[in-house]
Amino acid sequence: MAALTTTLPEASAPAKAARRSRPRYWRGAVLAIAGLYFVTPLLSSFVFTVHVPNQGLTFEAYSGILSADGFTESLFLSLSLAAATIALALLLVVPALVAVRLGPPRLRAVVEIVCMLPLVVPPIALVTGIATVLRWGPDHFSRTPLYQTFLAVQNESFPVVLVLAYTVLALPFVHRSLDAGLRAVDVPTLVEAARNCGASRLQVIVSVILPNLRSSLAGASFLTLALVLGEYTVASLLGFRPFAVWIVTVSGAEARMSVAVSLLSLLITWALLLVLSRAGTGSSAPAAAIPAAGATASAPAATTVPAAAPTPVPGKE
Amino acid sequence: MSALPTAAPRPEPAEAGAREGRATTGARVEFRSLRRAFGPTVALDGLDLTAEPGELLALLGPSGCGKTTALRVLAGFEQPDSGEVLVDGEDITPVPANRRDAGMVFQSYSLFPHLNARDNVAFGPRMKGVATAERHATAGELLELVGLPAHGDRYPHQMSGGQQQRVALARALALRPRVLLLDEPLSALDAKVRLTLREEIRRLQLALGITTIFVTHDQEEALSMADRVAVLNAGRLEQCAPPAELYERPATPFVAEFVGTMNRVPGQLTGDGSVAVAGATLPVDGDVPAGRGPVDVLIRPESIGVTADADGTATVVSAAFLGSVTRILLDLPDGVAVKADLPSRDATELAPGVRARVVPVRRPVLVVPVRETTAPGAAASGGQVKA
Repeated sequence: MAALTTTLPEASAPAKAARRSRPRYWRGAVLAIAGLYFVTPLLSSFVFTVHVPNQGLTFEAYSGILSADGFTESLFLSLSLAAATIALALLLVVPALVAVRLGPPRLRAVVEIVCMLPLVVPPIALVTGIATVLRWGPDHFSRTPLYQTFLAVQNESFPVVLVLAYTVLALPFVHRSLDAGLRAVDVPTLVEAARNCGASRLQVIVSVILPNLRSSLAGASFLTLALVLGEYTVASLLGFRPFAVWIVTVSGAEARMSVAVSLLSLLITWALLLVLSRAGTGSSAPAAAIPAAGATASAPAATTVPAAAPTPVPGKE
Repeated sequence: MSALPTAAPRPEPAEAGAREGRATTGARVEFRSLRRAFGPTVALDGLDLTAEPGELLALLGPSGCGKTTALRVLAGFEQPDSGEVLVDGEDITPVPANRRDAGMVFQSYSLFPHLNARDNVAFGPRMKGVATAERHATAGELLELVGLPAHGDRYPHQMSGGQQQRVALARALALRPRVLLLDEPLSALDAKVRLTLREEIRRLQLALGITTIFVTHDQEEALSMADRVAVLNAGRLEQCAPPAELYERPATPFVAEFVGTMNRVPGQLTGDGSVAVAGATLPVDGDVPAGRGPVDVLIRPESIGVTADADGTATVVSAAFLGSVTRILLDLPDGVAVKADLPSRDATELAPGVRARVVPVRRPVLVVPVRETTAPGAAASGGQVKA
């Protein structure tokens, strides 16, 4: 018996070590497979853009991007739409979520359901509805000031209707990101502490809530940016030409340039992610107190949001 | 000019402050017929209470008695259904929380996580538009006042709970409030830190002379810190008195059983304002029930004398040495258990199993109807013994 009790720990030590080391191989294998899955298409796309049969290696697809007709305008339009969408979505969701944190808990479920609805409504259904309203509106409001509004929101240089549509599409991702951030903060106590220190409601939001949501805000902003840069269906069917639509348009005549632009847009998106991540974990913020941007950017929503994917597929968000 | 909220003279020095021989800057706070209900639950049921300028008033009571609600109404976080709150005679009931001029320390660590200690303390002045240099000077002085002069650059997560509550106290004082509100600020701290911090809070409160309302469910905290203690029960004020008076002369059976340890012993009214209990006849304090009949008599452990006696009717169940006193638990013949606190030198013979004689000290006692419902929290205070 004594021998048993003394030998057991010795015997189990290598077994434990073996068990501990086993997952490492699995991790490596899973990482390698996942890496191949993501890197292979990108590498293939890159090879496609720089290798021309019978001509060899050439970077013409990249050097011609800046001078390509419509590139600058469409990219600028997409970035403007993204900025406006981010601003509108945050303006809507931040006060709403703070309010439901302070109010009755049952309101949280209502807000969550409303914000998640765009996930179950296909973009094609959304755009069909918007197009119907845009066609119907001017006929019925031609003698009212709303007529001008209907025209203004469809202004080609900055189609506000796209901002409104993108805001709806971005709601689930913005909600998820901000909700995760707010869960990590004792909102009622902080609000009361700030009010007790003489802060107005606006000062509470600006000086207390937003700084504590910095990483969540960065995550929400990034997800929205990625969504807008890659969005094709709504813009195309409503007849506008932001970046994603331009890429598809140019792919007919300039296939290599189209793929090159898609690759570059991916790089731009990743660069912006890095910038927003830095913004979310600024120098003055205590790392332990504020979750890293990556934590919120990797929320469930993130997996469903397409970054600016190479050659967007019509009808697929 | 010092940025500190120093004790500048006020037109009407408080009685409490005057008693202690200190200047006061505090305001007079009055709750008038305050009522607040949350659905079917009545948190405050016509509360009338006044805090004198410069005094530390503790609100004490069991969970759900309305003490925190009263504090939150004063802070402006809750609106009463009826009644009013007056500060120096001015009705502040409709005034929003950010204009109440009342600094508050919360139970949970409520420091802003994204700001260091200095900026947390300077937050209030920043909201009021005070210049950066001045508010940083204020923050520095206040951090020194609470004993954390070198912690200005630390973030909340880099400080202990006690340090965070000190910073929260400094933050609450930064706007020179007329009233300081403490909502169980020590309950999340360990025992040693709690003891140190409560002494520091009291020292600061006395030095600044600021009217302070302190919510706690810990009667030891309330009795040791407060000028007066207001005992609340079911949204109503049971008694508001200095700690010694509260303990020695409880106004109601609830207070008697809630504050300190209390024995509940069967007795018999004699009809002449006295009650016969455990072989003695004691005068009845407060309202004397009419007629004769059985009652329960409330007696403090220190008001019960015990002597070892082979012919005694009581039996010692246990003896707990507590330093200068020893607490004896005895069984009386009718199945009633009583606690008695004796000087330890007089309790050496009272070992478990020893027969003893119980003699109540002759002093006025409170009586309650037999089998009256036990006061909430009495068990927690160690006040109820089996009936």
